[in-house]
Amino acid sequence: MKNLWTGVALLALLSPFHAQAALGGRVASVESDRAQMKGTLQTRQTALYSIHEIKGTSGVMVREYVSPAGMVFGVGWRGLYVPDLQQLLGAYFEQYAEGVKAQKTGYVGRRPLNLQLPGLVVQMNGHMRAINGRAYVPEQVPLGMKLEELQ
Amino acid sequence: MKKEVLTSALLMISLALAGGLAGCGGSSSSTPPPPPPVNNVQAIAVDGGPVAGQIYPDAAFTSVTVCIPNSSTCQTVDGILVDTGSVGLRVLASALPGLNLPKLTGSGGVSFYDCVSFIDGSFLWGPVAEADVTMAGEKASAGSIHLIEDPSGFSVPAGCSNGGVDEDNQAALGANGILGVAPEPLDCGLACDPSAGGVAPPVYFGCLAAGNCLTAFVPVGQQVVNPVALFPQDNNGVILKMQALSSPAATATGSMIFGIGTQTNNQLGSATVFTLDDFDNFTTNFNGQSLTGSFLDSGSNGFFFPDAAIPQCAGNSVAPGFYCPTSTVNLSAQNVGTNNAQNMVNFSVANSVNLFQSNGSDTAFPTLGGPGFVHSFDWGLPFFYGRNVFFAIDGQGVPSGAPAAPWWAY
Repeated sequence: MKNLWTGVALLALLSPFHAQAALGGRVASVESDRAQMKGTLQTRQTALYSIHEIKGTSGVMVREYVSPAGMVFGVGWRGLYVPDLQQLLGAYFEQYAEGVKAQKTGYVGRRPLNLQLPGLVVQMNGHMRAINGRAYVPEQVPLGMKLEELQ
Repeated sequence: MKKEVLTSALLMISLALAGGLAGCGGSSSSTPPPPPPVNNVQAIAVDGGPVAGQIYPDAAFTSVTVCIPNSSTCQTVDGILVDTGSVGLRVLASALPGLNLPKLTGSGGVSFYDCVSFIDGSFLWGPVAEADVTMAGEKASAGSIHLIEDPSGFSVPAGCSNGGVDEDNQAALGANGILGVAPEPLDCGLACDPSAGGVAPPVYFGCLAAGNCLTAFVPVGQQVVNPVALFPQDNNGVILKMQALSSPAATATGSMIFGIGTQTNNQLGSATVFTLDDFDNFTTNFNGQSLTGSFLDSGSNGFFFPDAAIPQCAGNSVAPGFYCPTSTVNLSAQNVGTNNAQNMVNFSVANSVNLFQSNGSDTAFPTLGGPGFVHSFDWGLPFFYGRNVFFAIDGQGVPSGAPAAPWWAY
């Protein structure tokens, strides 16, 4: 038993995924997200952007929105729980964590997340077992795209 | 290689767990005579919550009695948030001092913990424990509950905290616990059962004393459970019945009635039944938008919906994150179930800064609202004033003629 746990702890240390994470990353980072989620990937092309949809094995679906220049400008998620945000937000993760902390200390209560930070928007909604969320870099959203499409 | 190690570790956890909790629960399979009716009415109140000097607006609280299983060693805790948007009882460990509930453990020194991630970016952590839970005259025997507390000796694993805010204390939680009575029996279900295979969701964690936590599968029989589903009777759902409110008030009272169609006081009557999609949502049509991920949630403290025309309160005001129209706006929206049942709801949203400042001691606000993420209308507590709202639990029996649960009705 002890050996197994040691082995598993070691694996966690060896995971280098965060270096290549999604939001703000190149389209190639989608593959590292898919690998981490052990999911299947489907890609669709629209006139303004492409959508890379990853279905995980444990009840969460992630969509990554990629500009014609090959940059991930938005991510959306839906499922049983909140996916690994360090993986999905990448370089934006620390900004998210600080923003949530600052916002949540300002009130007591339960409500959807609506975090509007410089260069980053993160929103979540839903209830236990059914969580929707999205994060995007407003400056990188293609002109003409409706934000309602990003989910 | 990676996968094999992980799989065997998880397998061992589930095996250890199966061994560690033998003899839990279970009932006779012969058909007993129906039990005599018991008191199925539990008082609830919007009263600002249990934290001194802090008003938790538009939140309904109740009390629960928690006992060591099959014993008379019990404690009653008040200030428990009534939440139709989550499942299971979660109580601050600090609110149950000295009550030494048995924890869920496995062999090899593994302890099992529950992790809840809320949509506001906060989380709760703590051990899974076994308890008898009593409300009104109803008792849920030997079910799993979540004791909310920070780990001692290690940090909450990143897989649970996920960049969010730790609310494992009374001031941040604004409550002594949360009673989740959403229309599901379990907080995770089959996705967290060992039969699911693959990677365990970040809901349950197995940890050694020094940390080294991994997500873990927990059999459905040991997952944190909706206590109502464990009652010997009146176990197919709840009704929240709040007094009507036309203006802000210092308090608002109501009842949580257990069972649907099981006693004379919990009949469905002429209420409209809305069946739900796979995510326990229905559709709300509002302002030309079809909001397909909409839900009734007493644990949200306002109407939360997307309306770009209503200004939001300033971030440094007394009501950050709520709507602040210059004058009260009257709105309507249509709820539609997957069974195509429809109902039009009229509601109003007032200037939240004015609401909070007009009388500093008010706690109940029928017109409190704020922005929502697109595709969702979160019908929070203000929706419940003046209504009887039914929550029929997935997999439980329903009154004759009603569709299979889960569903909502009002």
